[in-house]
Amino acid sequence: MAELYRRFGGGLGTLFLALVAVWLAGMVLAPNVMMIDYALRPNLPPSQIGGANDVYSLDNILYLANEGVHRAIFLKTIWASALVALVTFLVCYPLAFWLAQHATTNQAAIVLLALTIPFWINEVLRTLAWYILLAFRGPLNAVLLSLGIIDEPVRWYGDGGVLAGMTYAYILFMLFPIYNSIESLDKSQIEAARDLGASTWRIHWRVVIPHAKAGIATGCVFTFMLAAGSYVAPALLGAPGSRWFTEIIYNWFFEGGDWNRGAAYALVLLVLCLAVVLVTLKLARVSLTEVAK
Amino acid sequence: MSHSVELHQVGVTFGATRAVSDVSFTVEGGEFFSILGPSGCGKTTLLRVIAGFLQPTEGRILIGGKDMAALGPNQRPTAMIFQSLALFPLMPVWENIAFGLEARGIAKAERRRKADELLKLIALEGFGERMPDELSGGQRQRVAIARALAVEPQVLLLDEPLSALDLKLRQHMRAELRALQKRTGVTFIYITHDQSEALAMSDRVAVMSAGVVQQVGAPRDLYDNPATPFVARFVGETNAVACTVKGIEAGIATVDCAHGTLAGRAGDGLESGASATLYVRPEALKPGNSADNALAATIERVDFEGAFALAHGVTDDGMQLVASISSTDLAAAPSIGARARFGFNSVNAVVLPDG
Amino acid sequence: MSAADRIARALFGFYMAAFFLYLFAPLAIMGVATFNTSRFPTVTPWQGTTLKWFQELSTDSGMWQSLWTSIIVAVCVVAVALPVGTAAALVLTSLHSRARSFLYAVMVSPLLTPGVVIGIATLVLWRQLGVGGGVVLIVIAQASFIICYVMLMITARLQRFDPTQEEAALGLGASKFMVFRRVLLPFLKPALIAAGFLAVLQSIENYNTTLFVRGFDTPLTVYIATKVRTGLTPAVNALALIMIALTIAGAIAYEVVRRRNAARLGTG
Repeated sequence: MAELYRRFGGGLGTLFLALVAVWLAGMVLAPNVMMIDYALRPNLPPSQIGGANDVYSLDNILYLANEGVHRAIFLKTIWASALVALVTFLVCYPLAFWLAQHATTNQAAIVLLALTIPFWINEVLRTLAWYILLAFRGPLNAVLLSLGIIDEPVRWYGDGGVLAGMTYAYILFMLFPIYNSIESLDKSQIEAARDLGASTWRIHWRVVIPHAKAGIATGCVFTFMLAAGSYVAPALLGAPGSRWFTEIIYNWFFEGGDWNRGAAYALVLLVLCLAVVLVTLKLARVSLTEVAK
Repeated sequence: MSHSVELHQVGVTFGATRAVSDVSFTVEGGEFFSILGPSGCGKTTLLRVIAGFLQPTEGRILIGGKDMAALGPNQRPTAMIFQSLALFPLMPVWENIAFGLEARGIAKAERRRKADELLKLIALEGFGERMPDELSGGQRQRVAIARALAVEPQVLLLDEPLSALDLKLRQHMRAELRALQKRTGVTFIYITHDQSEALAMSDRVAVMSAGVVQQVGAPRDLYDNPATPFVARFVGETNAVACTVKGIEAGIATVDCAHGTLAGRAGDGLESGASATLYVRPEALKPGNSADNALAATIERVDFEGAFALAHGVTDDGMQLVASISSTDLAAAPSIGARARFGFNSVNAVVLPDG
Repeated sequence: MSAADRIARALFGFYMAAFFLYLFAPLAIMGVATFNTSRFPTVTPWQGTTLKWFQELSTDSGMWQSLWTSIIVAVCVVAVALPVGTAAALVLTSLHSRARSFLYAVMVSPLLTPGVVIGIATLVLWRQLGVGGGVVLIVIAQASFIICYVMLMITARLQRFDPTQEEAALGLGASKFMVFRRVLLPFLKPALIAAGFLAVLQSIENYNTTLFVRGFDTPLTVYIATKVRTGLTPAVNALALIMIALTIAGAIAYEVVRRRNAARLGTG
C-alpha cells in the first residue's frame, strides 16, 4: 500500500483503493455471502421472515442430496462437463501444437484470426448455428442420408448435441492457453528428443505435454467451469432427457419460486467448480498466477 | 553560481543490507563532481538519495544550504539523467524537453519556444517533432540532457549516462558534457564505474567502495596520492609489492621486501615495522638500473597497445609485474624470455599500510 | 519422405480440414439459411431464394429494442470496468509477494465462478436491498467479472512499463497526478482500448449471467434465445449474417493493417 501512495500520492491512491474495495467487497464478496445466507435459510412467506422458523439449516442442500432426479442431473452435469473438457482438449491439441511449432508467422496469424471469427459472434448465435445444423430435418441429417451413411434421420438434440455445441463454444478457451504454453517450448528440445530416437508419440508424451502442463490445466479448468455453468447450450440443444444442472437452478428461481433452494443449488455448483479448479491446479502443480489469459 | 550540495553522515540501509554508510562530502557550486566506484558500491543509491527518490536512513543533505529532508524529488532544485535515459517514448522530442516546463504550468507557446532553443543548444534543430525511437543513441543522449537542463536545475545528477554508447561516441560525448557544464555553470554530480571517464571529465572525484567513500580529491591527486589500497588499485593500473616498513624519513619510507630494499613516499598512518604495500605505476617503471630502486623480472609477453606497450613479467618470487614502455622506446624494450631490470624513483611510488 | 511420414501428413491434413469444417460449417449454414424461403431456418430443402428475412429483421422492433438495451448495458459496463480494472491492476502491481498472490487469487475468482452463480448472487443481494432485476443489475453483474479481464490486460501491459519514466517525470518537477496523466495513462492507452473492446464483446455476448438479473429488460442474447422457443424465423439468421459479415470485414482490415505495419517495420 505504501508503494501505491508513494507512486500516485494520496488522492489517486485512495481513489484506486476505493474502487477496488467497492468491486471486491460490494460486487464479489457481498453477493456471494448473501447467496450463502439465502441457501441456508428456508423459503418462507414474507410474514414469517425473521420469525421463529427463520433459522439457518442445511435443509436446502440436503434436499439436493435426497432428490433422486436432481442428484442424477447434478452428477451427470459433472461428468459431462469433464467429458466436454476432454473432447475439447483432444480437438485443440494438434492444432495448438502445429500453430506453436510448425506454422510460419503469417500462417499462425491467419489461423488465429480465423479462429476468433466465430467468437466475435455471441454464444447464443453460435449455439443457434448448431441448433439449425442438428435439426431433425436439418442439413446434417440431409447430408448423411444422401450419402447413405444413415437410413433414417437421427435425433441429434440431446447429449450428443450438447457435447458438440459446448465443445464448439469453448474451443478458444482451450486453444489459446495450450498454444501459448507450447510456443515457449524450444524447438531444439523436440529435435533433441527425435535425434535420440524418440517416437512422435513419445515426444508429445514426454516433452511437449509436460512443458505445456500449465496451459493444458488452465484450458481444461476453464472449459469445465464454463460447461458446468452453461445454460444456453443445454437449453437449445438438449432434450427432455438431457437436462443440465443450471436448468434446475433456473427453474427454482423463475418457475418454482423458491429462491432459497435455487441459491443452495447455485452454491453447490460454485463449490464444485472451485474445488475442481483448485484440485486440478494442485495436481498439475500450477499456481493461480499462471492462470491468466 | 549554482548551488552546492552537502552530505552529512548519510547512511542508507535496505533491510539487512548497508548500502551506504557515513558519507560526508561537499560538492561546490558549479563543480563537475564524479562518484567513481565498481558496480554495487552504493554510488547509484547515493545519487538517488540526493535526487530524493530514496530517503536516507540517517544523515542530512543540504542543497544550496537548504535541508532537503522534507522535499520530494519533484520539489528539489535537481534534475536527473538516468542510465536508461528514460525518455518518454510516446511524446515527441520537443514535448520530452518541455515536460518539466509543462509541470511548472508554463503556456504551450512558451514551452515550444524554449524547447526549440534547447534543441539548438544540443545541435538538434528541427528534430522537435520526431519520436524518441527515431533518434540515434547519441541524439537520444542529447535530448535527455536538454530535457534535464530545460528546468534550469541548480544541480544535474547523471547516472552513468554514457555507458550504453560505443567508445567513439562516448569519448565525443564526454567532451560535449564537459563543455556544456562549463557553459551553463550548473553543478554536475556524475556517477561512473569507468575511472578514465571520471579522471578525464571531473574537477573532483569521490572514490567509493562497499558503501564507503574512500577518498575525495582532484583526479591528479587521486592518481598520484591514493589514500587507501583500494584507491591505489582501482584508479589506474599499478604494481603492488608486499613489504615491511624499515623506517620513515622526510616523507620517504624505506621498506624490506623479497626484492631487497625499496623506497617510496609514505602514506598517511604508516608506521615503522608495520606490514605494508608499495604501489608503483607501470609508467614509473623504466628498463635499466639508473633509478633509485629496481625490480627484476622475466619477461613473459609484451602487449602492443598503440601509443605504448605493456611488458608483463614475473619476478623470482612469482609476483606479476607490468611496465609501460612508450612506443618510441620500443626498440630498446627487453625481449620475451629475457630477464630484465626495471628501475623507479622513490617519489613515483607510494607505501600504504595494509588493512 | 518415408511412408509413415506420408501417412502422418495425410492424417494431419484430414484433421485440419475436419477442424475448420467443424468451425465454419455451422456458421456458413446459419448464414446461407437467411436466403431460404423456408419459415424454419435451414438449407435443406431449399424452398426458394429470398431477401424477405432482411425485410422482416428491419421491422422486428423487439429485436432493435433488445439491441439497444444491449448497447446501453455494454457502454455502462465499459464505463465501470475500465477505471476499476485499471485501479485493480495498479493496486496489484504495487504489492509484493504474498499479499500480491493473495489479492490476485481474489481478483481472478469471478473468472472461475460460473456465470449463472454470479447472476444469482447479484440478484439475491440486490433484492435484499430493494433493487429488482433490470439494466442496472445487468451492468453490476456483468461488470463484476468483466473487470477481471480488464485487470489482466492492464497488468500484462504494466509489466512492460519502465518505472524510471515515472522517476524521470517526478525529477523534472511533475506532480504525481501529472505523472499518472502524462506518462502512465498514455502508456496504458493501447491496452485500455483493447480492454474496452473486449469488455463490449463480453457484455453483448453474455447470456448466463444476464438471464438471472435481467428482470423485465430484454438484451439481445435473451431475445434471440426466447425467439428460438417462441417462433424462430430466418430473421435471426439475417442478424447473425450481418454480424458475421462485420466480423470478417473487421478481421480482414486487421490483417491488412498488421501486414502493412510488418512490412513497414521490415523495410524501415
